[in-house]
Amino acid sequence: MTDLLRLSGVHTHIGRYHILQGIDLAVPQGQVTMLLGRNGAGKTTTLRTIMGLWQASKGEITLAGERIESLATPDIARRGVGYVPESMAVFSDLTVKENLVLAARDGPLDDTQLDWIFGFFPALRRFWLSRAGSLSGGQKQMLSIARAIVEPRKLLLVDEPTKGLAPAIVMALIECLKEIKRKGATILLVEQNFFAARELGDNVLVMDNGTIVHRGEMAALAADVSLQERLLGLSLGAHQ
Amino acid sequence: MSDIAATDPLPKPKRDLAPILLPVALAVLMIPLIGSTSSWLTLTVASLAMGMMIFIMASGLTLVFGLMDVLNFGHGAFIAVGAYVATLVLAPFAASIQADSLWMNLAVLAPAALLSMAVSGALGLVVERVLILPVYGQHLKQILMTTGGLIVAEQTLYALWGPQIIPMPLPTSLRGSFILGDVAIAKYRVLAMLIGLAIFIAIQLVLNRSKVGLLIRAGVENREMVEALGYRIRRLFLGVFMTGSALAGLGGVMWALYREQVHASMSDDLTVLIFIVVIIGGLGSIGGCFIGAILVAMVANYGGFLVPKLALVSNILLMVAILMWRPRGLYAVTSR
Repeated sequence: MTDLLRLSGVHTHIGRYHILQGIDLAVPQGQVTMLLGRNGAGKTTTLRTIMGLWQASKGEITLAGERIESLATPDIARRGVGYVPESMAVFSDLTVKENLVLAARDGPLDDTQLDWIFGFFPALRRFWLSRAGSLSGGQKQMLSIARAIVEPRKLLLVDEPTKGLAPAIVMALIECLKEIKRKGATILLVEQNFFAARELGDNVLVMDNGTIVHRGEMAALAADVSLQERLLGLSLGAHQ
Repeated sequence: MSDIAATDPLPKPKRDLAPILLPVALAVLMIPLIGSTSSWLTLTVASLAMGMMIFIMASGLTLVFGLMDVLNFGHGAFIAVGAYVATLVLAPFAASIQADSLWMNLAVLAPAALLSMAVSGALGLVVERVLILPVYGQHLKQILMTTGGLIVAEQTLYALWGPQIIPMPLPTSLRGSFILGDVAIAKYRVLAMLIGLAIFIAIQLVLNRSKVGLLIRAGVENREMVEALGYRIRRLFLGVFMTGSALAGLGGVMWALYREQVHASMSDDLTVLIFIVVIIGGLGSIGGCFIGAILVAMVANYGGFLVPKLALVSNILLMVAILMWRPRGLYAVTSR
């Protein structure tokens, strides 16, 4: 399996804080790689650094063999990287339709793609002409993910999509992400919800203090309670 | 764009009409205080005309503020430059301006306004690239750089045109008033209102009916996410900055014709009014800017008529009152 994304010795400083301290990771093509870790471990910073929203101060980031660490965010997005931020960041003053029109950068919205999205997010069809700011938290998250997949992307960076959502919405999101995965998407997914991570992940990376402290298969971590407790301070049982 | 039937749309959020009603309420409240209907009508028309001119000058600044969080204290330079550039066309064709023919007047006035907009827009390009680009995200440096730019622009105008006030007479066909009963409404004020209204409608159409407009609205709210969708917002910002500068130039021509004179520091007082308008309107809000401009003009005109001694502080009092009511301005668009 070839690696679509590779980070080698990536450091990121934000002001005087040294957040990422030499990250090495690989995201294989067509797989879901989970990025787990405690709060403040550097997961969001990793995604933002890949996306160019924070500049890596050192190290290499390659996407499909091309160096991208010095590119601006729009240029990274144009190379096929979709980003779903932790805050969802939907444009609340714009309608659902307008949010998706903006996300379809390369032309008009594709009806087939829209139907596919509406298949697991029917609320977006219902609220098509409503302001995004009037949607519920779960619906905003659906819109945020829909925005990232409204056009085919090489790589999806998704930051804690289930955070703060009701269990029923979490299940719908997991099904959606599974469907995206079945279509062959490559996803780097930050998640605190270990149940969601186990359902979705092929591989797992665990971060602590700005470094990767564990890498392996998700199934192996899910099966090893003592490893979960050592790395994450939790066991899967507590999340079921 | 795909047209999908929204089978069960969410109830539309209630339109926030309070700011729109504010100038209406203020105007109605002034009727008994002013006493004379003709004086009230004259003052109201003067307020609307002045408000439209201030809106034209402020509209670009509010988008620049909202979109890129840039404090451009040099915005007034575009106003003065616009007015001076117009004299380059108007002075040699003074005979056409003084001719008693609307078409002859417009044949000179329109190219003068267009040239002013072009030069102000081009100056905006230089200012953004040279002064603002190096100091994005650094408010203090932005204030220093743009204030410095304003001083350089003013001194350059003095050097090129001299320190004297240059007269800019109104075209003959725009002099005088329309007489409605015992009310006289100045023709130029009507023209200023129409131009301001047309620009407001044009900006609203661009913002609400085009993809560029969607990008500007989205960028005002969250520019980082717009970039993450693959749009180069710096280019968009440059376009908005140049358009805003061009509009300021147009506003400068209109203001100079209103005052019938041009001088290098003509924008000093206007800049204060423009910043008040942008702040009370809500950073990045064109609708708020429109209402704010009318309110500022109303307070200046009604206040100047009723309590002349309060004229100097009336707009500051207005800003304090509005911000106590709505701390992020009449229409809060950004979270800043």
